[in-house]
Amino acid sequence: MRSAFAFFSRAGRVWWPAAAAAGSTLLSFSLAAEPPLNERRSGYEAMSAATKAMQDDDTANPATLWVLDGEALWRTGAGAVGRACADCHGEAPQSMRGVAARYPAYDAKRDTPIDLEGRINTCRVEQQQAAALRPESKELLALTAYVARQSRGLPIASNDARLASSIEAGRQLFQRRQGQLNLACAHCHDDHWGEKLAGNTVPQGHPTGYPLYRLEWQGMGSLQRRLRNCMIGMRAESYAFGSPEFLALETYLMWRARGMAMESPAVRP
Amino acid sequence: MARALIKVSPNPRRGEIIEIKTLISHEMETGFRHSNTGAAIPRDIITTFVATYNGEEIFSAQLFPAIAANPFLTFYTIAKDSGTLEFRWTGDNGYAVSEQVKIAVE
Amino acid sequence: MGETGKHGTGQASARTRRELLWVAGTVALGGVLPRLAVHPAAATPASMKSAIAAVIGEATLNAGRVKLEIPPLVENGNTVACAVAVESPMTASDYVKAIHVFNEKNPQPNVISVKLGPRAGRAAIATRIRLSDTQTVTAIAEMSDGSFWSHSVEVVITLGACLEDPL
Repeated sequence: MRSAFAFFSRAGRVWWPAAAAAGSTLLSFSLAAEPPLNERRSGYEAMSAATKAMQDDDTANPATLWVLDGEALWRTGAGAVGRACADCHGEAPQSMRGVAARYPAYDAKRDTPIDLEGRINTCRVEQQQAAALRPESKELLALTAYVARQSRGLPIASNDARLASSIEAGRQLFQRRQGQLNLACAHCHDDHWGEKLAGNTVPQGHPTGYPLYRLEWQGMGSLQRRLRNCMIGMRAESYAFGSPEFLALETYLMWRARGMAMESPAVRP
Repeated sequence: MARALIKVSPNPRRGEIIEIKTLISHEMETGFRHSNTGAAIPRDIITTFVATYNGEEIFSAQLFPAIAANPFLTFYTIAKDSGTLEFRWTGDNGYAVSEQVKIAVE
Repeated sequence: MGETGKHGTGQASARTRRELLWVAGTVALGGVLPRLAVHPAAATPASMKSAIAAVIGEATLNAGRVKLEIPPLVENGNTVACAVAVESPMTASDYVKAIHVFNEKNPQPNVISVKLGPRAGRAAIATRIRLSDTQTVTAIAEMSDGSFWSHSVEVVITLGACLEDPL
């Protein structure tokens, strides 16, 4: 089925939200809770002019340093056979174009969703016979940033029917009350986006720019790091890196953001 | 390891005032923080930045812990002759990084 | 929550509330110490004054010619855009020798000191700085004729709502 969507983007930003028909025709869920498709906003739009400028200019965006590191790692042989990503995948701007926009993807071998970090590590272990990279390590963030950069400006594609159960599991987690504050993600990000919390604007929480440079971290981090950040901030016990819960949440969040333009690697407060 | 990003107009006209944007990778540990166990984390920052143009110093800066991580610095110079712009960052614990950019003035 | 006090008592209550939040956060996290020091040491407007005096000596500080641009409301004090531009012909006989930026509430009053000359063409710099709290930031330009000019800006720092523990 051909998808029909309209969006404006320049240098990876969303000028106004995308309307995506594809996702909603293949997977029909009740959309009562999520922001209406045409009211979706990237967290970019609520940022100050200075922070937007940081994302828009590659020289001002510290994430570019990680992208450049990722490019170098892409070409560097690793593991027992000294095989580089480039040896199988060639030039990333061609071979990786659109890839990050459709992750997490369905891993047929394991019958689970797999995110970009997981896919990179699977390749490292199985194809390069090299050790997996640690979550949030410099190398893994660099490679993820480099691959994700190749999808900048492209619409998020979430239309794999095999991910339907993961999306539903993720939605359940998103709407589940948890922690000492007995809050669900949905309470802030579905019900009160656009309002203020301690001086910051509550975003809708779309993962359009991961991995990203967060001013609070003064460094790069993945979507899972940000989710962990949120859960601890809510006084809830965070899931572990790589856990099925995080994968389900990531899959749901990308479906929730379907059609919106990728901004990776973004800057956020 | 990508250490620095530099943006300069590569082909300016002679006499044109050009903008130079620099970004260097560095955590800029302030020395005022403490770890989980209460131990002080020692200062580790870039303290000095110097830019030269064909060997002549055109700009220098003394940085303090109040400069944000991954220091970003934009400044200006007059495009005089073709040649080399050299940038040097030095700091605590013997930190020293140099980058060069060629410039072709019309 | 929502502590954005600007002057005087507003700042005092903002600090008290931040302390309470930190304490509450510490208790909630089961006694894990916060990553940042709760009280930055020895940060006062007086230390900024003496840092400025160290630069200008006995000279008068004139208002004008300097434009310090900082967003009045900042999303995150870790990274604050800061630009300084000074009116000057930047000729061999009339130029800006140096630009200094100071703050009044960080543990240390100096932010950056920049040396310029006629070769700069334009007396303007931009960088990103850290501000620990709502405070005044001051930029001072030192001219080739020995005069000093300044501009000060009040900046309000908002605290992030959801803070994580270190990885």
